[in-house]
Amino acid sequence: MRSVSIVGIGQIPVGEHWELSVRHIAYHAIAEALEEAGTEQVDALFVGNMLSGSLLSQEHLATLIADFSGLRNVEAAKIESACASGASALRIGHMAVASGMHDVVVVCGVEKMTDTSGESTTAGLATAADAEYEAAHGVSFVGLNALIMQRYMYEFDVPSDAFAGFSINAHRNGAKNAHAMFQKPISLDAYLNAPMIATPINIMDSSPVCDGAAAAVLVASEQAGTYVTGHHPGAVQILASASANDTIALHDRKDPLFLEAAYVSSQKAYVQSGVTPADVSFFELHDAFTIMSALSLEATGYARRGEGWHLAADDAIGPDGKIPISTLGGLKSRGHPVGATGMYQVVEAVQQLRGEAGQGQIGSASVGMTQNIGGSGATIVTHILGG
Amino acid sequence: MSIASLWRTRQQRYSLQGEICPECHQAIFPPRDVCPHCSEAAGPLHTMSGRGEVYSYTKMFNVPDGFLAQRPYTVALVKLEEGPMVTAQLTDITDEDVEIGMPVEMVTRKLREEGDGGEIVYGYKFRPVLAAAD
Repeated sequence: MRSVSIVGIGQIPVGEHWELSVRHIAYHAIAEALEEAGTEQVDALFVGNMLSGSLLSQEHLATLIADFSGLRNVEAAKIESACASGASALRIGHMAVASGMHDVVVVCGVEKMTDTSGESTTAGLATAADAEYEAAHGVSFVGLNALIMQRYMYEFDVPSDAFAGFSINAHRNGAKNAHAMFQKPISLDAYLNAPMIATPINIMDSSPVCDGAAAAVLVASEQAGTYVTGHHPGAVQILASASANDTIALHDRKDPLFLEAAYVSSQKAYVQSGVTPADVSFFELHDAFTIMSALSLEATGYARRGEGWHLAADDAIGPDGKIPISTLGGLKSRGHPVGATGMYQVVEAVQQLRGEAGQGQIGSASVGMTQNIGGSGATIVTHILGG
Repeated sequence: MSIASLWRTRQQRYSLQGEICPECHQAIFPPRDVCPHCSEAAGPLHTMSGRGEVYSYTKMFNVPDGFLAQRPYTVALVKLEEGPMVTAQLTDITDEDVEIGMPVEMVTRKLREEGDGGEIVYGYKFRPVLAAAD
């Protein structure tokens, strides 16, 4: 297998892009990534997307985007694995280049969630769950996470304000990211007084519905020198790429409070890269809900079971903490355009590793980990990147 | 859900019909082809008692299309006494009633209506176990 590097990144600010369609926002990210890589020639486009069929009545999405982007006679395919679609698409791109099947691949995560009503989008998101045995009973995606959080608070005797630190950290960091949806810090009061969506999850525990697209150009590391010339900021190597699954339904998990797929995929990634949790400079985890931050930290080696929330309380997760997370706002503040999120995490990790994260820059960032979760923990993809 | 899907799952929605694995003897709901516990071929049908307890719950204020008329409502993970867990709405409750560990029993209720000309979907919900009359 060949080592794979990222030689170009692109992203559109996350938000409500009423004036742009899915093809426009995807092209924006792809064009920026290709321009940075200094190439117009690619072998393949892999698109990570979850909801284009159900919300936009548009499937065959990768070919639509390739066509609109002027990429003709290339391989184009959409990869779908709910909210983990973005990182899953990156894994397919990684496999294509690592295997020698392709030399230059562009991967784009894209989602357009604001063209439909809130209820339609909520119903679309619920398709990540078991349609016949979860969604049929009226449980939303927020509802599934609320079921986890309620039980977690009961089992580990966790106070109701324990998760505030995750949200406050995300917003404080997002305020320094020009591509974030919410560029504004929040107070503890704002968290404590936020309205409930599904008890005990309030609006400040939850990531927003939004539009976004982020892309990266992948080449074999041995060929990266061809692209890194002149003012190019440098290649970033993919040190590990791993994915694992769990039962699709939350109610079928052996232990609904443990992200086994995060444990398995992160362990695979640690072995592939030779990196240990202590070597990781920052961790872009999947903070779609604050409870997921706690569970991810526990399953990935940063906290004991039932103690992930202590890290938020101790500010171990801030830019100068033991394990900085959501360094450019995370899903909570940058936003969570579901199928695009995994690629935003990777693009932001590349920014950090190049030292191009502006005011959000982490000191001495040498190894970054990203983790993208599909469903209520059913598909979990971990990547480790290095300079 | 389509008419065909509703028809296929009627025994599950109306009577919690699952299976008992012939190899490892664990209860399974809904029926599967492969036992999730021992990976052997899953076994003969078995109807659950409908009794269980609340493992977790949430009161939902933002709800998906198709459930707007009912909101807010409470969804729970119910641990059946045979072992499997199911996702279902709680019914016949007030906010103060619900707590983790509460014994509940299955009842058949309307889950949703698919508009004026569409199907009316019935299935299982759970209510607090009624105390026996003196």
